[in-house]
Amino acid sequence: MTEVLPEFRVVRPATAQEAAAAHRDNEGARYLAGGTDLIPNVRRGIGDPDLLIDLGGIADLKKIEVGANGARIGAGVTLAHLAKNAQIAAAYPAVITAAKSIAGPGHRAAGTVGGNVCLDTRCVFYNQSQWWRESNNFCLKYKGDTCHVAPKSTYCHAAYSGDLAPVLLVMGAQVEVTGPEGSRTIALPDLYGEDGQNYLALKRGEFVTAVLLPKDVLPTVYEKMRVRGAIDFPLAGVAVALRRDGDKIGDLKVAVTGTNSRPFIVEGIEELVGGPLSDEVLDKIGDLVQKQVSPMRTTLVAPFGRRRIAAALARRQASALFAG
Amino acid sequence: MTHKRVLSLTLNGKNRQDLVPDNMLLVEYLREVTGNTGTKQGCDGGECGACTVLIDGEPHLSCITLAATVEGRKIETIESLAVNGRMSALQRAFHEKLGTQCGYCTPGMIMASEALLRTEKKPSKDTIRTALGGNICRCTGYVKIIEAVETAAEEVAS
Ligand SMILES: Cc1cc2nc3c(=O)[nH]c(=O)nc-3n(C[C@H](O)[C@H](O)[C@H](O)COP(=O)(O)OP(=O)(O)OC[C@H]3O[C@@H](n4cnc5c(N)ncnc54)[C@H](O)[C@@H]3O)c2cc1C
Ligand code: SF4
Ligand code: FES
Ligand code: FES
Repeated sequence: MTEVLPEFRVVRPATAQEAAAAHRDNEGARYLAGGTDLIPNVRRGIGDPDLLIDLGGIADLKKIEVGANGARIGAGVTLAHLAKNAQIAAAYPAVITAAKSIAGPGHRAAGTVGGNVCLDTRCVFYNQSQWWRESNNFCLKYKGDTCHVAPKSTYCHAAYSGDLAPVLLVMGAQVEVTGPEGSRTIALPDLYGEDGQNYLALKRGEFVTAVLLPKDVLPTVYEKMRVRGAIDFPLAGVAVALRRDGDKIGDLKVAVTGTNSRPFIVEGIEELVGGPLSDEVLDKIGDLVQKQVSPMRTTLVAPFGRRRIAAALARRQASALFAG
Repeated sequence: MTHKRVLSLTLNGKNRQDLVPDNMLLVEYLREVTGNTGTKQGCDGGECGACTVLIDGEPHLSCITLAATVEGRKIETIESLAVNGRMSALQRAFHEKLGTQCGYCTPGMIMASEALLRTEKKPSKDTIRTALGGNICRCTGYVKIIEAVETAAEEVAS
């Protein structure tokens, strides 16, 4: 019989605490949610885990609750179920837009919110077969000692490319993180670090158990640019949240995915609040985005293009939201 | 030694129990343990849709699903569609409308279409395209595949 995957054990704990303890106690353990990111990587010789902790047996992770204080979306909710949820569609429609833009139906039926938020960073030198990477002496992110994208760099520049994160960021989401000792809640930006190798600020054992959304969010839209319209990661994905007060900008937030090693909220945008949405202001939004994105040669599309795409998406969506 | 477990599930309407290693993919289990070779493997994982099967009625990629994670679930493959040797409406439509050429993508295309037609009785062209967005075909150019799904939907409706 052909063996495609390396040897590992699979366990399926029934509670989050048991899962966290199993992760803490096994250095070679990885969390397995839908597996639509993890398994392709393991098939290509990336990670070589000894233990996969299947989160699919934890009932609490699969719930969506929308109440007076906002929403709690369990990390184990699949993208397909999220996309069909009427309460989320009514209160947070941009979450649905983003969920529907992820991969294809087969990936969305298996892929989860937690797996998407914690998606491994991507790079043309990394998402390759074992022999391809080996013939290139691997790279800094895994098994090698040089970054082929930035050879002088001491850290990895692989791009975070999850589609939900920018929308969740402009909505002011928090994540509930559970470890062997219990749970804590952190603001979503604090989950990420600007390092393609260590892109998640989680301690050993910890994992994301839910995404929390506040009750009131600004009108929000999400748009991504990709090579293949039917199914592809974002070359750049931009979420814009904007409230109009008369002929002024009442509030404005912009967040980007696909260009940096973490999804992030564009800084300096808040200074535009209170003013009109003139052409100069749109230029400023574009400039702020262009300055803060740092696409590297991690995709086949040139960084220059991705930078301009991100700026254009931000401008276009801000105008559309302002026009109402 | 690879750790093994007894896997119980429903495959094409029948309950089964098999001894499977933890690191076995669902596509390997289907093809090599159960002998259902209709499900194809067309890429090195998650890119092409050829391996699409239904798990509890939803389309899933069996090449990136571990057999160990489908305990107790209902799996349906292309082999389940024909009844007493008579092809299903979808299978006939793919055949008659030339929605299949080399045939390699066909089991995945048909299972993804089957999942769609169970929830949408009269899908638009766009809905069909979205539902088949994860399935790649290098022969037909897709037009005939969309036509086949529309034809099957009409036949089932009438
Ligand atoms: C062809 C193809 C196209 C794709 N296109 C897109 C796309 O357009 N946009 C996009 O965003 N994604 C895309 N994906 C990636 C993937 O399908 C989705 O991001 C999906 O949501 C990942 O979720 P999962 O549950 O399958 O994650 P898994 O593969 O199970 O896990 C992903 C990573 O997160 C970790 N993890 C999982 N759950 C948790 C948790 N609760 N807490 C902490 N860590 C956790 C895992 O250990 C792993 O490192 C694509 C994948 C493929 C194969
Ligand atoms: S950015 Fe550099 S270190 Fe990171 S995956 Fe790409 S080549 Fe490897
Ligand atoms: S064989 Fe499963 S997606 Fe290609
Ligand atoms: S018929 Fe040959 S790949 Fe689709």
